Amino acid sequence: MRDLGVNILFEGLNMQRLLEGLWITTRIALISISFSIVFGIITGLFMLSNNKIVRLFSRFYLEMMRIVPILVWLFIFYFGVTKIVPVHLSSELVCVIVFVMWGSAEMGDIVRGAISSLPIHQKESGIAIGLTELQIYTYIIIPQAIRRLIPGAINLATRMIKTTSLAVFIGVIEVLKVGQQIIEYSLLTYPTAPLWIYGFIFSLYFMICYPISVLARKLEMKWQH
Amino acid sequence: MVNNLHLYREALILTLSLGCWGILFSFIIGLICSLISYYQIRGLKRIVSIYIELSRNTPLLIQLFFLYFGLPQLGIMINSYTCAIIGLTFLGGGYMAEAIRGGLDSVSRTQVEAGLSVGLTQSQVTRYVIFPQAMAIALPSIGANVIFLLKETSVVSAVALADLMFVAKGLIGMYYKTNESLFMLVMAYLIILLPISLLFTFLERRLRYAGFGR
Repeated sequence: MRDLGVNILFEGLNMQRLLEGLWITTRIALISISFSIVFGIITGLFMLSNNKIVRLFSRFYLEMMRIVPILVWLFIFYFGVTKIVPVHLSSELVCVIVFVMWGSAEMGDIVRGAISSLPIHQKESGIAIGLTELQIYTYIIIPQAIRRLIPGAINLATRMIKTTSLAVFIGVIEVLKVGQQIIEYSLLTYPTAPLWIYGFIFSLYFMICYPISVLARKLEMKWQH
Repeated sequence: MVNNLHLYREALILTLSLGCWGILFSFIIGLICSLISYYQIRGLKRIVSIYIELSRNTPLLIQLFFLYFGLPQLGIMINSYTCAIIGLTFLGGGYMAEAIRGGLDSVSRTQVEAGLSVGLTQSQVTRYVIFPQAMAIALPSIGANVIFLLKETSVVSAVALADLMFVAKGLIGMYYKTNESLFMLVMAYLIILLPISLLFTFLERRLRYAGFGR
């Protein structure tokens, strides 16, 4: 009787290697998400700026990030930028740079949406009772805006985690690549390896993203009213 | 570079055709799923919600790998073109379902009741009352999904399809024409996506004017 294909997951160091690969994926995602939040808030404030040129420029930046696929951006930075500028960027660094650029554009739009969706009278009432600009922001705008932007930001985080799977295209040894290596190594002993390995990676992504998206939905429901 | 333009043209057509089929099928799947979850059809509802969660919480690349390399082990052989379309449909169906459901949910209960009270049947209410309004509301998110799906086609080179990414990578590898290849790549995507993006912005604005009594 032939071995069960599922054993491939537990043979040797396979499980450990897959999880190490997963850690690299998660590391890229975590670093990119944290930077994106910081830069995203700044981008969002740029988008809300009173200066028309700043607004136009940030709008253009957002649209470029949205219209051109992330994979293309990865290629541009990995193959193009390193050719023009004589620097060596490791593939992981390229991933982080591109994801931060994309994430801060999207995050900026979420921040912009959250702040501009606040009714204008909130700010005006603040002025009317004599609060300073700083006080209006700390006590009125920011607490309300945060509630509106957190569900969107969490959704963006799941999207970024899913997008990290593209890292394999520019040669990051992340979970998918490790999976391929295991499959190639053991295809003769385990003919059904691809099914199990890719199925496993599929469920790994699902297990990471599902709780986060449930959380986002819960918060959205809770704060809507 | 000029000699290789035809490669880009073919790849562009491939990307577009994949995108069109993917979007069409995912719209149909999304429509069915959203109607099932809107009318709370027992039994099917559960399957639909599991499907939506699965498709929304996993990356397309992994889905494609599973379909293309995993399933043949179970005896299901699919060629890469069909595989890419199935992958896109699987992914897009979930997103479309959510978008349309959002539209359906926002049609107020009174509209349905008014429809029923003037003697329309349930299916007439769905077709003439709920649907036009729901679609108008769902249009921006459907548009976003269309663009999203077209962008997602960029990973299909992983299942051995000669799409734009594949052509660009090949040209970089063969002739070391990095800048030109990447420039053409960006241009090709802009040619596809910019008009669609503008079209949906325009439609959205038109519909907002139409605004059903709001």
